[in-house]
Amino acid sequence: MGALSIRQVKKTFAGQVQILKGIDIEIEQGEFLILVGPSGCGKSTLLSIIAGLDAPTSGRIHIGDRDVTDLPSKDRDIAMVFQSYALYPNMNVAQNIAFGMEMRKVPKPQREATVQRVAAMLQLGALLDRKPGQLSGGQRQRVAMGRALARDPKLFLFDEPLSNLDAKLRVEMRAEIKLLHQRTKTTTVYVTHDQVEAMTLGDRIAVMKDGAVQQFGTPDDIYARPATRFVAEFIGSPAMNMIAAQPNTAGLAAEGFELPLTDAQRAALRAAGSPAVAYGLRPEDLSLVESGLNEAGAADALIPGRFTIIEPTGPETYATLHTPVGALTVRVPGALRAAVGEAVCLRWLPEQAHLFDAQSGLRLA
Amino acid sequence: MQTRHSGPNPWLPRLVVAPGLALGLLFIYGLMAWNGYLSFSASRLMPNYGFVGWAQYEALLENDRFRVAMTNLAIFGPLFIGGAMALGLLLAILLDQKVRAEGVLRTIYLYPMAISFIVTGTAWKWMLNPTTGLEQVMRQWGFADFSFDWLVDPERAIYCVAIAGVWQSAGFVMALFLAALRGIDDAIIKAAQVDGASLPRIYWRIIIPSLRPVFFSTLMVVSHLAIKSFDLVMALTAGGPGYATDLPATFMYATAFTRGQIGLGAASATVMLATVAAIVVPYLYSELRPRK
Amino acid sequence: MSPARPFSRQLQRLLLLGTLLLFALYFLTPLYVMLVTSLKDADQLRSGHLLSLPSAPTLDAWSKAWQSACTGVECGGLRPFFVNSLLMVVPAVVVSTALGAINGYVLSKWRFPGSETLFALLLFGVFMPMQVVLLPMSQVLGWLGIASSIWGLIAVHVLAGIAPTTLFFRNYYVGLPDELLKAAMLDGASFWQIFRRIVLPLSGPILMVTLIWQFTSIWNDFLYGVVFSGADSKPITVGLNNLANTSSAVKEYNVDMAAALIAALPTLFVYVVAGKYFVRGLTAGAVKG
Repeated sequence: MGALSIRQVKKTFAGQVQILKGIDIEIEQGEFLILVGPSGCGKSTLLSIIAGLDAPTSGRIHIGDRDVTDLPSKDRDIAMVFQSYALYPNMNVAQNIAFGMEMRKVPKPQREATVQRVAAMLQLGALLDRKPGQLSGGQRQRVAMGRALARDPKLFLFDEPLSNLDAKLRVEMRAEIKLLHQRTKTTTVYVTHDQVEAMTLGDRIAVMKDGAVQQFGTPDDIYARPATRFVAEFIGSPAMNMIAAQPNTAGLAAEGFELPLTDAQRAALRAAGSPAVAYGLRPEDLSLVESGLNEAGAADALIPGRFTIIEPTGPETYATLHTPVGALTVRVPGALRAAVGEAVCLRWLPEQAHLFDAQSGLRLA
Repeated sequence: MQTRHSGPNPWLPRLVVAPGLALGLLFIYGLMAWNGYLSFSASRLMPNYGFVGWAQYEALLENDRFRVAMTNLAIFGPLFIGGAMALGLLLAILLDQKVRAEGVLRTIYLYPMAISFIVTGTAWKWMLNPTTGLEQVMRQWGFADFSFDWLVDPERAIYCVAIAGVWQSAGFVMALFLAALRGIDDAIIKAAQVDGASLPRIYWRIIIPSLRPVFFSTLMVVSHLAIKSFDLVMALTAGGPGYATDLPATFMYATAFTRGQIGLGAASATVMLATVAAIVVPYLYSELRPRK
Repeated sequence: MSPARPFSRQLQRLLLLGTLLLFALYFLTPLYVMLVTSLKDADQLRSGHLLSLPSAPTLDAWSKAWQSACTGVECGGLRPFFVNSLLMVVPAVVVSTALGAINGYVLSKWRFPGSETLFALLLFGVFMPMQVVLLPMSQVLGWLGIASSIWGLIAVHVLAGIAPTTLFFRNYYVGLPDELLKAAMLDGASFWQIFRRIVLPLSGPILMVTLIWQFTSIWNDFLYGVVFSGADSKPITVGLNNLANTSSAVKEYNVDMAAALIAALPTLFVYVVAGKYFVRGLTAGAVKG
């Protein structure tokens, strides 16, 4: 039995669309689970249900070996960090951290010891007497985490805790959260809409859309072998390029260009009944070659194009090209000596392509 | 926030609120219904629960005093409402011009709302008194022929009630409009100035139109104040001379409690309720419906 | 504004100030008249006029208004009425405010099916003309055995106050972040603990507004006072009205004015000291919920 089991959880709000369509996830003790997806996918609702702030329409939640579905939040042995931190404005930092213990009637000396311990862990020692109104965003975030830590729970829940911070602070706090997890080894469920946070923080990621989990796996799995077109386009920035392709006698073609296929891909296409395909290519899998339309490497793919947008970011450059099969973005290390409008060719290896059924979005190969 | 079976017992909040809310609502609607029933009964000095249909209402329509009261309301209402709204808006616009003494002036304009209508009525009764009030002042100042006997003139007395009423309520209207004016985005005004509009123009074309929502909510509050006017009339004229300044509220009181005609009084109260409801309910409905 | 004609600008400011001052005079005149008249004696009343200053100011009218003026049959001045009002106002304000706070807390944070409808019903209740409850209420008070007593008045004011106080608190609490309560629930706080430890400490402003609003409305009320009070329980507004309307041989306007000022003093005092809360109450009531 894992540390957290979500079994067939469904949720419908009174008379409305089904928010959660049957979620099944199991994670192990000490794992860091990410729930990621666009707004409205149900991730925050699922978190609320795990927390006990909301009840599922059907399905069970197990924390450890206890079925907690019918237990109120305070009895589930969990702690939560909210998006807005939700610090009690009329209490100072020390009281905020100690409030949960106070409610559970933990004796005063023990409370104070815990507050000190937690403050040391998060460098809050100097701020214990201040009220939340006197703290900066990052400090409030840490106090919110401190409040959660003080409960020493079986499960940590984070609800988009970094969304309210500016970019630089976000990167710093991300590292702090990761370090904290390595130290405390508490099982964690973390909700975010930011795929960078998802990839960097998670042990395993559940990508959600419209109330269902589209893929559940490690960051590597999700990046290298996305299970659906949505996952492929959602994770990775800049997003994966998608070419609309139709099957033909030779294999696959888009706008008259023959797309190269490996044998495995060919077999998978045949098995699926040769449907229309969304042919996906990650920007880093594309490379630029000098224009030479007549060169045709047999195993390589080659498509001509013209630069439309060039975006240097320092360590690399993203270049978007207008090609006969649509706009494609390529990632080039370092600076790019090219001008808008210049002609060039794109090349890639067929085994680097991701094929998805154009209709269902499911991965074919 | 939704809490089903998680969190504290969901029945606890309902239980807690139940007696307090129930009493409050019963007080309003339960008694309202009861009053309605009385208006359909033959009650005179004592409640008598025999059903007589619309008889009381018919009697009401034929009652001369009630007709006077309703006519007075039709005169007093617009005067009071119009006067308070206009003066309040004017004061708000004037005060919006960043005057230094704004705080003091606001306190002065608004203090009448803090005192009882009885106090207001008593003071104005003295001031508008035919022999010793305004008339005497003007005469001593040299206007020998000045006469101001409106207070005891059956035709004119109702205007005195309006004057005192406007005095009391204009500050309230001003406070509301001023808050709304202050809420208008400065950037819009600056854009208009850059576009070359003069200040009066800006007020007329941009600011006043954007006051529409506040205008309606204020209008509603002042209107319901007008219909409920009781204290002011009792103190200023006691409904007199005779019943020349009667308003529905004073009629109701006199009928139900002084003249021992409970059924008739209840009917007049229901008429008042219907009048207020006609104005307030559509407004409340439009405000609460679109949940943006 | 165009800087081209500074003189006209000056003129405009002068006109503006002048108009504002004129209106200030209009609003202050009755207060001035009350004050000035209350400090005169009978002779000065006769010889002077409405606006004239007392030639020899005296507090006789005040003391008469307080303890010996006739209010109908009794001639004990306003003092007993003042006491009645005090006895009535304090419990009524406290109880109605407390009920409003709890109701507002539940309606804003613990939604249940129908809570919004209840809110709408209460909102209309605030505007409803009270004439409609007078007759039935006097019956009810009779049955409860508290008709014509201070208790009866307190009961009526509390019941009538539930709607506006609930509205005030509910609208205020809606602005408190829901996540605050969720965090507290997670921390193990119960319904009452959340109210006591978190919501109430954050209620300072609205508490002030409600207390001041209720105090002013209940102290200044006349309708309930005149309908539901008995011989010994009339509040000061009724006392004042009786005093000013007793038909005696000679009208003692100085006493009337002194009495009016005595009746107005408590709420005026509150207004001057804590006026901004009063204004917030006014504007909160009329701003759409």
